Amino acid sequence: MQAANRLLQGRKAFLHWGREMRKRNSLKYLSVMTWLTAPLLLSGCGSALMDPTGEIGQGLKSLIITAFGLMLIVVIPVIVMTILFAWKYRGTNLAAKYTPNWEHSNIIEVFVWAIPCVIIFFLAILTWQTSHSYDPHKPIASEEETMTIDAISLDWKWLFIYPDEGIATINELAIPVDTPVHFRVTSGTVMNSFMIPTLGSQIYAMAGMDNDVYLEGNEIGTFRGRSTQYSGEGFSEMLFDTHVTSDADFQAWVDKIKQSPNTMMFPEDYEQIAEPSIAHPVEYFSQVSPDFYGDLINSYKASHGGSDSHGEQNEARESSMPMSAQAAE
Amino acid sequence: MFGKLSLDSIPFHEPIIMVTAVAIGIIGALIVGLITYYRKWGYLWTEWVTSIDHKKIGVMYFLVALVMLIRGFADAIMMRTQQAIAAGGAEGYLPPEHYDQIFTAHGVIMIFFVAMPMVIGLMNLVVPLQIGARDVAFPFMNNLSFWLFAVGVILVNMSLVIGEFAKTGWLAYAPLSELKYSPGVGVDYWIWALQISGIGTTLTGINFFVTILKMRTKGMSLFRMPIFTWTALCTNVLIILSFPILTVTIALLTLDRYLGMHFFTNDMGGSQMMYVNLIWAWGHPEVYILILPAFGVFSEVIATFTKKRLFGYKTMVWATVVIAFLSFTVWLHHFFTMGAGADVNSFFGIATMIIAIPTGVKIFNWLFTMYRGRIQFTTPVLWTIGFIITFTLGGMTGVMLAVPGANFVLHNTLFVIAHFHNVIIGGVVFGMMAGFTYWFPKAFGFTLSEKWGKRSFWCWLIGFYVAFMPLYALSFFGAMRRMQSYEQTEWQPLMIVAWFGAVIIACGIACIVIQLVVSIRDREKNRDLTGDPWDGRTLEWSTSSPPPNYNFAYLPDVASIDSYWEMKQQPGGFKRELATKFEDIHMPRNTAEGPILSLFALLFGFALIWHIWWLAGLGAIGMFVTFMFRIFNNDTDYHVSAAEVEKTEREYHKRLEMQA
Repeated sequence: MQAANRLLQGRKAFLHWGREMRKRNSLKYLSVMTWLTAPLLLSGCGSALMDPTGEIGQGLKSLIITAFGLMLIVVIPVIVMTILFAWKYRGTNLAAKYTPNWEHSNIIEVFVWAIPCVIIFFLAILTWQTSHSYDPHKPIASEEETMTIDAISLDWKWLFIYPDEGIATINELAIPVDTPVHFRVTSGTVMNSFMIPTLGSQIYAMAGMDNDVYLEGNEIGTFRGRSTQYSGEGFSEMLFDTHVTSDADFQAWVDKIKQSPNTMMFPEDYEQIAEPSIAHPVEYFSQVSPDFYGDLINSYKASHGGSDSHGEQNEARESSMPMSAQAAE
Repeated sequence: MFGKLSLDSIPFHEPIIMVTAVAIGIIGALIVGLITYYRKWGYLWTEWVTSIDHKKIGVMYFLVALVMLIRGFADAIMMRTQQAIAAGGAEGYLPPEHYDQIFTAHGVIMIFFVAMPMVIGLMNLVVPLQIGARDVAFPFMNNLSFWLFAVGVILVNMSLVIGEFAKTGWLAYAPLSELKYSPGVGVDYWIWALQISGIGTTLTGINFFVTILKMRTKGMSLFRMPIFTWTALCTNVLIILSFPILTVTIALLTLDRYLGMHFFTNDMGGSQMMYVNLIWAWGHPEVYILILPAFGVFSEVIATFTKKRLFGYKTMVWATVVIAFLSFTVWLHHFFTMGAGADVNSFFGIATMIIAIPTGVKIFNWLFTMYRGRIQFTTPVLWTIGFIITFTLGGMTGVMLAVPGANFVLHNTLFVIAHFHNVIIGGVVFGMMAGFTYWFPKAFGFTLSEKWGKRSFWCWLIGFYVAFMPLYALSFFGAMRRMQSYEQTEWQPLMIVAWFGAVIIACGIACIVIQLVVSIRDREKNRDLTGDPWDGRTLEWSTSSPPPNYNFAYLPDVASIDSYWEMKQQPGGFKRELATKFEDIHMPRNTAEGPILSLFALLFGFALIWHIWWLAGLGAIGMFVTFMFRIFNNDTDYHVSAAEVEKTEREYHKRLEMQA
């Protein structure tokens, strides 16, 4: 509903944009100060990557900052030297030393090779270690038992399946706080990438492939997740909310979904939901077929088209894309 | 009869496209009218279209690149405008349908039809002159390469008005680019534009590889070659090795789309991961194909204008060779998030970082060339200094992206967009503009306006930072690439700043156009008769500007690096004296076979895009017949008589004396 409203607003928004800009607090939008200070907000709230709410995200944040710092060791001197040399050896400064035939110096050669080599050596060690410690496929050590959720990208929405609870949702995710979650990630359409920026790593969702990523939410709250890999017309609105909740709230959420009259059985219900739609409203399903995730992946390994509904998808896509539909005929 | 093509294929309902089409039509008609009025069709045909003169082909490449820069930039400013508007539920003025085509076209045009022809154009103009050759190894093939490239340009521009362009992103990842998900003709335009122009590029690679290895003048050993020629050699090796991968990848996608095969489909054993691997196995070397010649330009510029030998020539050469080699070992860093294991990711991450070592060495070598020099702050030098600072920052963000852990959160965000614009604008564009200003007088015999060149530089430099620094910042807030709209109104101020940066860059492009106009107007004032306006160091400056079609009346002897500079340092200096005896010069003949073959290639490509099978057949037969005609054509060369050479040289010396 919310999404539909947004769309409606959007159509009018452009026409009224100029007026709206004035109507809203224009100072807030146009003030030079806002622009200048905006980057400083990086260290403050609202920045998904610099203010993470999950352990993985925090680790990756410090990794980014460490790599950045290491490289500044060489970047800052280079910039300073560039400006300094350009100024000192300007053509009009006849007092500066001029050696037109000087072209080689062993000492300088040693330094210009050694400094980058040393920095890259340390970066390489850091890379090797963090690639292993933050391997998305690596389970998170925790006292809590790891929970499994299947994330399936469709055109253009996310289908989440809780195999243990036997429930499913569209475009809404809830996870208990401080509990490691094993996301198994696949696609029922083109390539997408599953990401909840404040929690940490993303991973590609690919049809017929069983991918995975381990994440954990350590702060209670609601965080936006999305597909980061462009996947067509509805890509920009392929968003979902992730509620990181207390155990009790999580149980209440599960119970709420169990009240839903809708089911998610493979392939009947799946074929319907796989039809392309943009900014799909949140939906709940109280029952899921036993190995939905496996069935979907296996359907691509079967013969042509498997049990999926690509034929219908194709038609739906055409009707939703006026230009391509014309071009096709 | 016309396949999928009908009147409905023209998007009459899209005002933006229709207005553009009308504007293009009017400008086109005006140009055609002027050419007709001044009776220049014959001149165009004999002097340019059918020319096999590497200098003229180079000029044509660069001219097309500048025109396409404007087209590609129009896409850019439309995207920035959309993102400056479409916040918090606002849809902006471009629906996804249109926006998705624009960002695809922007990427394709800027890489294939702006950066590539600039690089190839400069190579054409400069390399034969630098190695003391009279033409390239395969002059006809050179003309054909250009016209095949032009076919790609024409197809991409046709897609604007007839049908649609791909809505897949510039690399057309499968399965999104498969028929199932992209049933329109957009991807087919992408396929045939890239396939046909890509074959032209492969031919160029072979051509210049052979030219550099086989046609160097007497005494020019490999380690006496000017550094730009070295980078061109490495670039051509990369072209030869990598473009066939692109050709095959596109061919497999073509089989999927046209014959229902399953190389990259979701089902029937297709592998989308194979597509992504293949396209980047070409795509990563491609960025080095673009940047290496830019490095070469900076090396030439900095040595010339500091009046000093290039620091560490041999180091520069080996660094270039190492970068070229390593460029084939890093492709996986474009998709760490595909799910490969930690060992694989680490390998490619570390391999990527290792490239930073030779690149860092190059940067230091440019700095130490400036050290104890006498730097003249001409436009090319400004581009070079702007490059050193900007590219260093871009290299740093590149290494950050190469750490797989960091990449897991930065991948697909605006950080990636900011990074590669940081290196492509700061590296390739700055390099090509430096080369453009530096070698323009060689091609035309007069220098470009310094005033407008410097204005252009400052607009580009400031515009770049204003446009892309906000994108780095936004990426930390979770802003992704290719978003047609976004919910967060708090991103909007930075998006508006980025839009403003794009406007400053637009001024930079306008300055380039004004620079050309003003310089052509004042050409007599800025005339350079010596052929050596910058007190240059390499052989191209030893001949007149523009050089006669045979380049050198006598092929020069080379005894060192910077051979022309050394000649000038001899006691008595280098004298542009008239030789006493002239010889016949063996030259290739102009040919219409290149443009005609390419015209059939255009018909062939267009027909396949629209499934007009009879026309495709006609195009294929036409190409074959033209090709056969060329093969059996023995009248492909002639001799410029000694008398004619003497006449040309005498006229040049008369002008030199008059000036003196």
